[in-house]
This record gives sequence, structure tokens and C-alpha cells, in this order.
Amino acid sequence: MTAISSDRGPTQGGSEIPFIGAFLGVGSLLALIVAARTTDSLMSAHAMMFLAAFIAGAFALVHHLSSGKTLDQSVYETGVVKAGVFASVFWGIAGFLVGVIIAGQLAFPNLLYFPDLPWTNFGRLRPLHTSAVIFAFGGNVLIATSFYVVQRTCRARLFGGIAPWFVFWGYNLFIVIAATGYLMGITQSKEYAEPEWYADLWLTIVWVVYLLVFLGTLLKRKEPHIYVANWFYLAFIVTIAMLHIVNNLSMPVSLLSTKSYSLFPGVQDALTQWWYGHNAVGFFLTAGFLAIMYYFIPKRAERPVYSYRLSIIHFWALIFIYIWAGPHHLHYTALPEWAQTLGMTFSIMLWMPSWGGMINGLMTLSGAWDKLRTDPVLRMLVVSVAFYGMSTFEGPLMSIRAVNSLSHYTDWTIGHVHSGALGWVGYVSFGALYCLVPWLWKRKQLYSNAMVEWHFWISTLGILLYITAMWVSGIMQGLMWRAYNSLGFLEFSFVETVEAMHPFYIIRMSGGLLFLIGSLIMAYNLWRTAKGDVRAREFAASPALAPAE
Amino acid sequence: MLNRHEFLEKRGLVLTVAILVVVAIGGAVEIAPLFYLESTIEKVEGVRPYSPLELAGRNVYVREGCYVCHSQMVRPLRDEVERYGHYSLAAESMYDHPFQWGSKRTGPDLARVGGKYSDAWHVQHMINPRSLVPESVMPPYKFLANAKIDPENAAGWLKANRAVGVPYTDEMIEKAAEDLATQVDPFAADFDGFMARYPKAQVRDFDGDPSEITEMDALIAYMQVLGTMVDFTIYEPEDNYR
Repeated sequence: MTAISSDRGPTQGGSEIPFIGAFLGVGSLLALIVAARTTDSLMSAHAMMFLAAFIAGAFALVHHLSSGKTLDQSVYETGVVKAGVFASVFWGIAGFLVGVIIAGQLAFPNLLYFPDLPWTNFGRLRPLHTSAVIFAFGGNVLIATSFYVVQRTCRARLFGGIAPWFVFWGYNLFIVIAATGYLMGITQSKEYAEPEWYADLWLTIVWVVYLLVFLGTLLKRKEPHIYVANWFYLAFIVTIAMLHIVNNLSMPVSLLSTKSYSLFPGVQDALTQWWYGHNAVGFFLTAGFLAIMYYFIPKRAERPVYSYRLSIIHFWALIFIYIWAGPHHLHYTALPEWAQTLGMTFSIMLWMPSWGGMINGLMTLSGAWDKLRTDPVLRMLVVSVAFYGMSTFEGPLMSIRAVNSLSHYTDWTIGHVHSGALGWVGYVSFGALYCLVPWLWKRKQLYSNAMVEWHFWISTLGILLYITAMWVSGIMQGLMWRAYNSLGFLEFSFVETVEAMHPFYIIRMSGGLLFLIGSLIMAYNLWRTAKGDVRAREFAASPALAPAE
Repeated sequence: MLNRHEFLEKRGLVLTVAILVVVAIGGAVEIAPLFYLESTIEKVEGVRPYSPLELAGRNVYVREGCYVCHSQMVRPLRDEVERYGHYSLAAESMYDHPFQWGSKRTGPDLARVGGKYSDAWHVQHMINPRSLVPESVMPPYKFLANAKIDPENAAGWLKANRAVGVPYTDEMIEKAAEDLATQVDPFAADFDGFMARYPKAQVRDFDGDPSEITEMDALIAYMQVLGTMVDFTIYEPEDNYR
């Protein structure tokens, strides 16, 4: 552990302790009142979950205070990062697994639907999949890496004493509430913003504390400059707060009911939703993970970031332009055409700052390209940036109205999302996890580099199967919908296009399965690494020398 | 110029505020005008707030996440207009909280599904989609037929919708529970009052089981009204040219 200068002696925490204590007390009381008074059985279940979580939190707090354990201000906080690594791997596997299941449902509906179990239906499991991979897996990776990176690049312990633990557990409580809600049928049915009003309020509280912890750490830094990765983390945290609050404004039926109605109607709701939705991609899945790229690639390659100027230009251009791109999800809809055109224009402009980031990431390897041969973790990180470049080229292409008239509503969109999600977000996260575990648990090397190779190649094959299947099925479906026969009638009924998807749905499911298998290999490898094991044949320090003949 | 960036890099709070300003602009320019530009939503006759039963059906539609596979937005493209009907108007979703335009057509668009199939077809299709459409990949929704609806909840839904701008009157809220039951019973006492409050509403038992009001009744009532409120034989798009 690197020693860092300290202005405070060891304490058990600071002024956050009475706040958190009072918060847990008031929260428990509120949850108890709601659980006792509501007639909505779903609300009652969620109130009980909140109550159990708050009581467990209070016990943990009392335990912390009575144990006399102090937070050493002269060292970095690593416990919460370790917990984040664990949560990331867990939610990642859960999310990928649900993805494989729902891919299977579309391929084999007779086998994987159960008429008497509403919670197994595609409509409830699909939000579970998207939220699990984006918010549970991605969110935990972002929180864990941001807590790690901000300390190292500021040479300061995390601000807020035990508040980072509140962020970690609070965020994961939100995930559990959201996920169980989907299964029970609690949803706003706004894409990627499905959790209902009370879960949204809870996330808002957690997110404000997250911002305070991050910003507080920046403000007490010992480094004169704020490192580029932290600009991206900061933009991610601030913008997600803005998007989340505005898009989720709604009117609950009552304070004892799970059901609410969005504040905005029809057209306005649509644009607010896609302003949110596209920037969940832009700021959650892009800015946040670019921050990971800006720390982990230079670290792993042992090279400085390629261009400081490029990072300034593409940072500001990216965050300014991304916000405008939402309306490209609403081409040819009842949204006024001026808004559609504006959205398309900015989406095309977005290509440049996106590739600015890609170039900055890839060119950081200048002088270290040979490491791609020997270091599978670095290769994973670099391939993630290549996927980032590919999907940020495909995105602007699909935002063009004429292209969109074909691609919209088809599997092409699903393929595009997955080249970004599996290739970019997945791989940059896996790369960061493979770096973090040996660093956090102070191991010289991973349990097995060969297993990283297996993970890399199996999941790369999976991604390629996935996205090529979706390209073919998406473009084919789009063309079939608009096909006319020689007499001037529509050539295909809708269900004929569904039937044509069948082989591609099987290929897609196989691709997803390979990706899941890869992540299981990673989980095993990381677990053995944390335990301190090294695979017998892979001791890096002492290569076996062949005796001279 | 780029050297000046140092100013931001050394000030965490200033950097935070700068980021917030930069990301606020795009949304402000695109979204805010939609609320006051008259041209956002054309003036159309016939669009009315959902009846309590239709709204109950919409709640089910939202709860089950139907939007992940079905859009409700017919685009003004030749093949879509021929496949589904007249392209969707902004006014047709002006009382939709939230909008359910969707983003994916694993199944067909539903914006104009109203009146396209019989109630009995819908019931059978919900119970077992593949019994009617063998190639379908839709999940079964048999459980809706057994899920009873408590009419007493309806007033709460209407009130919350009124709070976000749907023009439900005091009378509609007061009679919400009764209206919900009336829509499945053509011989109900206040049939005329109901029809005056919700013009052209379809009144009948939707799920084939008159003994109780179920989510199946509600969902089918909602689907049968989708896309039918505007009479396109008298609709003149030119009236809205400005």
C-alpha cells in the first residue's frame, strides 16, 4: 500500500456517521409505516426489503463503531473497491445468464415459456437483463474503478470516511429493488429507466452521496492537476444525475402504491426518454468507461496517454454533442421533424469526438505494441477500444434517417448495442478487473494468463457470432417488411418475417452462451488470483530453464 | 488556448459546474420548445382520455413490458401505412403517460390494432399465442384471465393522471369505479352517462366471462381502442399546415 500524506489521525469516520445513523433510523421508520399501512402487496414486499436493508445497515454501523476499528487516513481505502469487484463479477454473470435465457426464449418459445409463471415472461426478464448488465454490472464496475482511480490520481484517501460504503450498499440495494420489482411486475416501462418512483428517489440519494465522495476526494487531492480519467468520471456522475432526475419525474398513485404515471405525455415523454436513453449510453456506457480506458490502458502498457490536447478536445466535444443525439431514436415518428434533423446532425458529428477517444486509447500503445502478443489483459483492453471505434462508427451511420428507416425496430439495433456492450463495455471492464484483482489483493500475477487467453478467444467468437447474426437478421427483416411483389402488394406477412429470424436467434443465443462461458472462466481465474494461487506452469518470476545439451 | 485548460484542471468545483452547463444545453434546446410550440401536436377530433377499464388495460400493458417487443408508432412510410394503417399522429398519444411508442418490433406494431381482431381471437391468443400463430415467439398471458380487477382502485389512477395533465373531470373521478364495471356490461344502469363521458367507447364483456372483471377484459378493451379514436375518413392533414 502506497503511503499518502495525511492531515488527520486515524478515526472511525467523521461527521458522516451521525448522518448515516439518522438516515438509517428514519428510513427504517418510513419503511415500517409503509409496510404496515399499504394495501398494495407489491409495495409491502419492497417496504420489507428496504426495512431489512436499513436494519442490517444499522447493525453494520453499530458493529463498526463498537469494534473500535479505525480508518487509517494515511492509506488508500481498498475494502470498498474489493467489494465492488466482487459485485461486478456477480452481477455480470447474472446479467449475461438472463441474456442467454431470453435469447433462448425467442429461439425456442415452446420450451422456455411457462404459462403459470408470469415472472418468467420475456417482457419482465428483458428489463432484468438490460438493467443487470448496464446498471448492476456496469454500475458496480464504474463505482469500484472510480473509487480506485480517484484515490491514486489524487494521492488522497476517499473522502467521507464510511460514506463510500453507503454508496456501495445503497447502489446494490437499488439494484435488488429494481430487479425484484421487474419480476413482480413493477415497472414504468420507460426503456432503461424502468424502476418505479420510490426506487428512483432512493437512487437519487445514493447518487448525491456518490458525487460528494468523488468530488470531496478531488478537492482534497495532493496532485496539482485533476487527471483526465477523473474528468470523464465527473461528467458521468453529474450528467447521469441530471438525466435520471428529469426523466423519472412522475406522479405516484399514492405514497403507498408502487404505480406512478410519468409527468410528460406522448411526444414530450418520448423525447425526454430518448434524451435520457441515448445519454445513458453516452455518459454511463461511454464517458464512464472512457475514464477506465484513460487509467488502465496507460498503466498496463506503461506508456503515457498519447495526446493531452486530443483528450481535452474530445472530452468537451463528446459531452457537448452527445446530449443532442437522442432524437435519432425517433426518426419518422410523431416527433417534430426539426428535432429529428437536429438529433441526426449531432449524431453524425459525434463520430469525430468518439474516434478522438479511440485514437487516444489505441495510440497510447505507441512503442508498446509488442505487449499485445504477450499480455492478454492488455489485448482485451485494446480490442475493447477497437470495438468502441466500430460501434461509434456504426451508430452515426444508423442515425441517418434513410438508413434508420430500414434499421429501426429491427435486430440491427440489438446487434449494434451488443457490439458496444459486449465488445467495448464488457472487454474494458474485464481488462480493468484483471488488473485490479492482483493490485488489490497484492498478488504478483494472475492465477493464469492462459485462462485469460481462453476467456478472450471464446468470448470474441461469441461476440462475432452475436453481432453478425443480428446484422443479417436485422437487415433481412427490414428488407422483408418493405418488400413488394410484382402486383404491388406487400410480399410478406409479419409472421413470415418472425419465422425467418429463427436460425439467427439460435446463432445469437450460442454467441451469448460463449460470452457467458468466458465470464465464468474469468470469475474462476479472479477467485484463484485473490486467494493467492498461481497455476503450476505459470510462475512468471522463475521460468523453468531447459538444461543445456 | 489549450493551455488555459489548466484553469479547469486545478479547480474541481469549477470543472463540475462547467460540465453541467455544457451538458444542459442540448436538452434545453431540443426538449423545452416541445412544450410550448403549437406545432408539436396537431389539432385532431376524437382523441379522448382513456376510460377506467382501458386505463386498467394500459396499466397491464405497461406492467408486462409489452413495449420491449411491440411498437405503437406507425411511420409515414408506404409499407407501414399499407401494413398497419394511417401513420400515427402526435395527438393520438397526447394522454399517454408514459408514451409506449417502443423501439423494437419483435412482434407487429400495435398502434392501430383496435378492431383488427375479434375479442375471442385476443383471448385465445393471450392464453396460447402459438395455438393461433404457430410461428409466434410471444409469451403466454393465461394468468390475466384469472387476475381480478378491483374497480375501487380506478379513481386513484384517474386522479394521478389528472395531476400530470390528463383532463379527467370531477364527475369522471367520482364515477370511476362504476364506469369501470359499466364498460363490461351493456345493461348497466348508467350506460348513457358512461357513453357521454367516454364517447364511442366499446361496451361489452371482452374476455368471454361475464361473471367477473379481469385483467384480460381490461387489456383487450385497451387493445381494441388503440388507434380507433381518430376518424380518418374526415381527418384532413392540411388543416394543420402552418
